[in-house]
Amino acid sequence: MRRGVLTRVIIFSVLALLSVLFLAPNFLGKKDSTGKTEMPNWWPDFLPSDAIHLGLDLQGGSHLVLEVKLDKAIENHIERLKSDLTNSIRDKGISGVSVERVEGTQLEIKVATASVDRVRSILKADFANLSEAKTPQTSASGTDFVMTLNREETRALRDYIVDQSLETIRNRIDQFGVSEPVIQRQGLNNILVQLPGIQDPQRAKDIIGKTALLEFKLVDDNVNPEDAAKSGAPPGRQVLFGQVGKGVAGASPAKVPYVLEARTLMTGEYIKDARVRPGEQLQGPYVELILNDQGGRLFEQITAANVKRRMAIVLDNNVYSAPVIQERIGGGRASITGSFDIKEARDLSIVLRAGALPAPVEIVEERTVGPSLGRDSITQGLTSFVVGGALVVLFMVAYYKGAGLVADVALVFNVLFMAAVLAGFQAVLTLPGIAGIVLTLGMAVDANVLINERIREEIRAGRAVRSAIEAGYQNALPAILDSNITTFLSGVILFQFGTGPIKGFAVTLCIGILTTVITAVYLTRIYYDYRIGARRLERISI
Amino acid sequence: MVVNLAVLAWLFAKGPNLGVDFAGGTMVQLKFQQRTTIPDIRQALETIDLGGSTIQEFGQEGAFEFLVRVEKVGLEIAALGDQMKKALSAKFGADKFEIRRVEFVGPKIGEDLRWRGTLSVIAAMAMMGVYIWVRFASAFGAKFGLHFGLGAVIALIHDVLVTVGALMLANYEFDLTVVAALLTIVGFSVNDTVVICDRIRENLRKIRRESLESIINTSLNETLSRTILTTGTALLVLLALYLLGGAVIRPFAFALLVGFVSGVYSTIFIASPVILLWEKSFRR
Repeated sequence: MRRGVLTRVIIFSVLALLSVLFLAPNFLGKKDSTGKTEMPNWWPDFLPSDAIHLGLDLQGGSHLVLEVKLDKAIENHIERLKSDLTNSIRDKGISGVSVERVEGTQLEIKVATASVDRVRSILKADFANLSEAKTPQTSASGTDFVMTLNREETRALRDYIVDQSLETIRNRIDQFGVSEPVIQRQGLNNILVQLPGIQDPQRAKDIIGKTALLEFKLVDDNVNPEDAAKSGAPPGRQVLFGQVGKGVAGASPAKVPYVLEARTLMTGEYIKDARVRPGEQLQGPYVELILNDQGGRLFEQITAANVKRRMAIVLDNNVYSAPVIQERIGGGRASITGSFDIKEARDLSIVLRAGALPAPVEIVEERTVGPSLGRDSITQGLTSFVVGGALVVLFMVAYYKGAGLVADVALVFNVLFMAAVLAGFQAVLTLPGIAGIVLTLGMAVDANVLINERIREEIRAGRAVRSAIEAGYQNALPAILDSNITTFLSGVILFQFGTGPIKGFAVTLCIGILTTVITAVYLTRIYYDYRIGARRLERISI
Repeated sequence: MVVNLAVLAWLFAKGPNLGVDFAGGTMVQLKFQQRTTIPDIRQALETIDLGGSTIQEFGQEGAFEFLVRVEKVGLEIAALGDQMKKALSAKFGADKFEIRRVEFVGPKIGEDLRWRGTLSVIAAMAMMGVYIWVRFASAFGAKFGLHFGLGAVIALIHDVLVTVGALMLANYEFDLTVVAALLTIVGFSVNDTVVICDRIRENLRKIRRESLESIINTSLNETLSRTILTTGTALLVLLALYLLGGAVIRPFAFALLVGFVSGVYSTIFIASPVILLWEKSFRR
């Protein structure tokens, strides 16, 4: 028995030492400017060096879920396929075919009887990504096909768009300087963004959520903008609005209509870099665009072909400016002026640099916690932990005397191990997580209560102390395991179902159960085995 | 039994007070440096079109904290926090208040969470029932184990309903942490059921003479002190959490307090009689 005790004591001492090592960064380390912990120089590299990660509700920060609106992107894709198909049919010299996009994502192809077979073969050969949405209608004059994107293609497109959006958002966030942001795909078309410690959540949301589609379009000065705004744009033209000035005393600035040629000459995909430049005198700061080689050439062509006309710079269907093209512009530089202040200019350059989102995104969930609330939550959590713990400790000693004290020591180790596991696995601690630790305190002694009650019972029934202890542990164990397994199971369900803070609770609950079984049962057993082995045990304080 | 039906009826008639997590909408928690009244705040926010909104006090007296809840969902909602900040700054001065927390949940996500929340609680209860059935079926045979399982599940349903009712009475909002509390209650309250069933099984093996009824009785008596003690220690810490943990965690602590207490007497007064009833009808 003695050897058994010694081995176990050694095991637990090692575990305790490891725990202390895992927790050391919280006390020894200092947080540097990016929020990472820096250990003093003498701390060896192979030892853990991360303090406990605090959840957003304790640290402050924003949690956002963005939904990627795929419909628009799919429509655009279908539109491109339509022009591809039209070109393909024309190139092969087939006549009597008309292709139109209907109901957003479908292509209606009306084919004269003579050309039906050839069209069918083209569809099968080159457009296998389309499948029939409805059975083709055949009449005397021809056949009508209604095609849409088939399922694999839709899925592939969706994945591509969401992944692209994720990368673009990641690029934008990289430019804010938030430490340890989380950017992940969630479900089929959602993106999860977590920004710990962010000071200005509104600005972050604006930058992240902007579609940022930059388009260059020509202004049609022959049509009166005011008239067009009222009665609708002529064919091939569209009416978009820009704003003039900043607006006075909180009222919205005035909107000015522009009549533009609907055709987009160039988009922001050719932008290599975007920089903020201070403007001259009254102008205010502006954003200078540096185009890549292809873009530079394209821009030169456009400006050469349209000297003296106005070109509108449109961002997300808002006209930012519409300067006159004075001359051909080579060199691949363009500038966007407008009534910006330095912050707006900077944010615009961030967004242009990172690129446009392939599809618009919408914020469907936001949880932002300010840092002061986070601090208060930590304080309140710790207070209830200390008080709750003290209550339990006192109670155990009062009710079970010596045995209660043993249980309390096990409780201390329990908390130590829990904290170490949290730190070791870099699990995130949230306010419900702290509640989970507090709850574990109350439930951990449950096991000891079971054991002690059983021991008391056995002693009362007349057993010798040694065998009473033996019997107590043996009989109590199944019930202890059962109850902990059931709570563990609900912890697992909670983990699956919950988000953020709830997950934190599930994690601490489950970890707590594991450490409870280890400390409350095995650790206390070591103590009793030691007592039993040391000398004849007449009585125990229980 | 009566309590259960009453709670069910109330639940369907009025509907629980759903937090933004489940109903969708925006919630903003504000803290002012000095005494402010709800009408003042409402007036300041008039410039923004909030639609239907409620403002209530939050937390302790003297903390000057308020919760503003806006039901409306629309495109501008994501910017609501910022708009509120501007409007409140205009009236009170930007440094006289602080936005402590903003929660916004869009309708689709709200519905999704509602669905998943309810499902997970039901799934948890079912799982517990199955677990107990399997656990005790090996000792008694499937039928008997089933009775234990069913008894446990009915006791669990009761616990959840009582907790929900209590939360509605106290007018606490239902948010994600409340569902977490319910799930914890399901996992924990089944503990004492297990202990008692365990004892019943042990006694059934030892004492062959007496009727099932008196065996159950004896088992209950034997385990009573243990059950009260365990729940007691848990209640101790929960009380600390409820009183000291701060207003954010309070509904959670409250739910757990009610649920655990309910767990104790539900096992004694519900699970056991159910087992008995089943047995009686079975033996007949």
